[in-house]
Amino acid sequence: MSVTSVFPQLERLLPRISKPIQYVGGELGAVIKDWDSVTVRWALSYPDAYEVGLPNQGVQILYEVLNEQPDVLAERTYAVWPDLEALMRAEGVPQFTVEAHRPVTAFDLFGISFATELGYTNMLTMLDLAGIPLESRDRDDRHPIVVAGGHAAFNPEPIADFIDAAVLGDGEEAVLEITAIVREWKGEGSPGGRDELLLRLARTESVYVPRFYDVDYLPDGRIQRVVPNRADVPFRVHKRTTMDLDAWPYPKRPLVPLAETVHERYAVEIFRGCTRGCRFCQAGMITRPVRERSITTVGQMVKEGLEFSGFHEVGLLSLSSADHSEIGDMCSGLAQQYEGTNVSLSLPSTRVDAFNVTLAQELARNGRRTGLTFAPEGGSERIRKVINKMVTEEDLIRTVVTAYSNGWRAVKLYFMCGLPTETDEDVLQIAKLAHEVIRAGREATGSRDIRCTVSIGGFVPKPHTPFQWAKMETPEVIDHRLRALKNAINSDRNLGKAIGYRYHDGQPSLIEGLLSRGDRRVGAVIRRVWEQGGRFDGWSEHFSYQRWVDAASAVLPGYGVDLDWFTVRERDQNEVLPWDHLDSGLDKDWLWQDWQDSVTGFEQDDCRWTPCFDCGVCPSQDTEIQIGPTGKKLLPLTPVGSGLRVPQTVHQHG
Amino acid sequence: MAKRQPEGGQDPVVQRIRLRYAKRGPMRFTSHRDFARAFERALLRANVPIAYSQGFTPHPKVSYASAAPTGVASEAEYLEIGLRAVVDPDDLRAALDAALSPGLDVIEAVQSPLNGGGSLADRIDASAWHLELPGITPASAEAAVRAFLAAGEVLVERLTKQGKRVFDTRAAVVRLELLEASSALGDVPSGVAEAPCAILDLVVRQGTPTVRPDDVLSGLRVVADLEPPVPPRATRLAQGVLTAQGEFVDPLAADRPAAVVGASSLV
Repeated sequence: MSVTSVFPQLERLLPRISKPIQYVGGELGAVIKDWDSVTVRWALSYPDAYEVGLPNQGVQILYEVLNEQPDVLAERTYAVWPDLEALMRAEGVPQFTVEAHRPVTAFDLFGISFATELGYTNMLTMLDLAGIPLESRDRDDRHPIVVAGGHAAFNPEPIADFIDAAVLGDGEEAVLEITAIVREWKGEGSPGGRDELLLRLARTESVYVPRFYDVDYLPDGRIQRVVPNRADVPFRVHKRTTMDLDAWPYPKRPLVPLAETVHERYAVEIFRGCTRGCRFCQAGMITRPVRERSITTVGQMVKEGLEFSGFHEVGLLSLSSADHSEIGDMCSGLAQQYEGTNVSLSLPSTRVDAFNVTLAQELARNGRRTGLTFAPEGGSERIRKVINKMVTEEDLIRTVVTAYSNGWRAVKLYFMCGLPTETDEDVLQIAKLAHEVIRAGREATGSRDIRCTVSIGGFVPKPHTPFQWAKMETPEVIDHRLRALKNAINSDRNLGKAIGYRYHDGQPSLIEGLLSRGDRRVGAVIRRVWEQGGRFDGWSEHFSYQRWVDAASAVLPGYGVDLDWFTVRERDQNEVLPWDHLDSGLDKDWLWQDWQDSVTGFEQDDCRWTPCFDCGVCPSQDTEIQIGPTGKKLLPLTPVGSGLRVPQTVHQHG
Repeated sequence: MAKRQPEGGQDPVVQRIRLRYAKRGPMRFTSHRDFARAFERALLRANVPIAYSQGFTPHPKVSYASAAPTGVASEAEYLEIGLRAVVDPDDLRAALDAALSPGLDVIEAVQSPLNGGGSLADRIDASAWHLELPGITPASAEAAVRAFLAAGEVLVERLTKQGKRVFDTRAAVVRLELLEASSALGDVPSGVAEAPCAILDLVVRQGTPTVRPDDVLSGLRVVADLEPPVPPRATRLAQGVLTAQGEFVDPLAADRPAAVVGASSLV
């Protein structure tokens, strides 16, 4: 049965809304295949506005991996803004994909990548506009299998009622395996319907199907146990790890939008994983071990990615890019290749280290200097030991002064507020640090024309980290500390005027905390917030703290718990955590020990350079650290000359 | 202390080329800024030896003539680029056309003198538009057109960046005529295929503020309560200098080699 485009209906709405181009498609790299020529069809989504969702690397990679399969098609869909949502409801236009404007409900699978929990309400809007029942149990064979992925899928319990399945970890191989199961099941004539298909997925032990697990609670509200309710369904579901990134050089044909988006660049992941061991960092914990992409693959990807996309900027991404074993050669090689081309190269600098300045200096060779950002995260040396961010005050000042001396006139410094054991004094130390940075910078450069921006956000404890047991601070305490810090920065007017101050107040963090460490009971809160109009919770102009508080107080007391119980309550060692049946590879005893070590300020080294400290990931997942150096160098590119290039046809049709 | 001047300079402009391009179908929803970004990327994709401005943040040498509003299709948009190496204009047209998304189509490229010869803007003082009004009968459209042309002044209101602005639309309109239904361009939006669809031919002289097709439609609403049930579709067909006879002088005509190449036109 073929499926028709909803574009004619949509087109009549586009002149009446803002930024219509975001709903039109037409990106370079987009693929439109004949619906009837394929067996398995995926709709992929990043549940935010197009301008945020399009650049998402995860979706772009899976999009390309899936579309390379001859009998598979993948299209993309994003959250529509409220102006279009209202018109779609009024005119009966369903949630659509941007390539061929096909209705999402016609696809076999609807994959949603959650980088943040604040996208949950947008997922409900998409499901509802698609005509897919909000809850998994109300769906039947006519509806797509809704699959969640991304970092938030490491605790999908708050959305367990709304999704059919979740995949933990890297998606490249997982989407192909899911596709193979769906292909085979359809080939057999879809025996046993939806239930049988979900059962087959669950039996792989790497796809979590929430409906096959029952959660029992203790009288005090804590979880008693989570157990499978079907035969052959595993007690624990394991995360996926893609080994050998050189074998997966995606994106090769990045999506290049016509609409303006938040990142307009070709991004290459130079490695995945991080073992720096920052205790607040969920990304660093759940993506272990470190797997580097080799310098030659990176060079090849940059060359082809730029030629294909026409982007003028390249981002060398990872959780801590300066840690790549060949980052020096990579930066100087790329800088040499693109010297004089007006292509700019950038490194998200988060490590506080003068080496980062050297690298940025190298990348700025052709005159395009990108911003420098350092993330000491904690204001005092004591709190930095608690979070395992091994940076001394001297390190930080020396690094920033090096940046000023090398021509940067402004740097950004990132911090967190509300960390475990934190006191007002720890936060006030940030002001002292910033003053010292400006003072030393002025002295070293002889100029008053230098600035720094202090950016600070609320700490949110995340599952699968040593801080998963920690209590959050209340928004009142956070906001008090943020105000005190502002006053402290401005207490010295002379230095304070060279310091910019940006902060995120405590309320959104508390809700993020509820969603991060919530269990299935939180699903009712999400649904109620959405019913009361909650949309785009990651956007401060759309987020309503009151709406979340009201929904939590309407729903949670029925279960004998409340918002505070999920957020500002510290958990003890024996508590069954909602995500304990989801295996990130990290040994829970190791996490607990690291949590204990943090309180005493014991620092944990990086296993890339010191012996293994038994976090548990490699043996349990059968993975290993993959790092260089390979000893190879980037060869100079053949001079392009002045010949015009007629690019290949931009749209692939299957 | 930091070097406050960029090292070296950019290569000089050795060739100037003017392009005519179209925004078609769904690509009419690109804003001018969207097109400009896509065009800069197309220059890189096609390996065009574009020249850059001097300074800390060099910009590619691209200048645009009056761009059609977002949501309006066009067969006649113009821009000029400066190159640091000489290329064949026809090869350039083909390479850039391939480098842009389908629907953003480069129609013609001609070399223009490096110095003198006047700017593109000097060669454009009027614009021809084709307006399709699905759901409007030719008879009611004709009555509205008559009322509009009979009026000495038709004031309309538009929200601009400077706030609400009231201005006359009548004076700028050189021609406004009802065309035969058979002159529709491409597909009529589906769902209205059976419905009537009035088609208007509109010529507007440039001024301040520029009177756009939607302003003229507002004018028709003011004079005759003409209210299309679905959004009308507008397409710009030509820009240029309007002669006393009401003919358009193509802005590229003066630069075009004697033997006309590659020009295709709907006008």
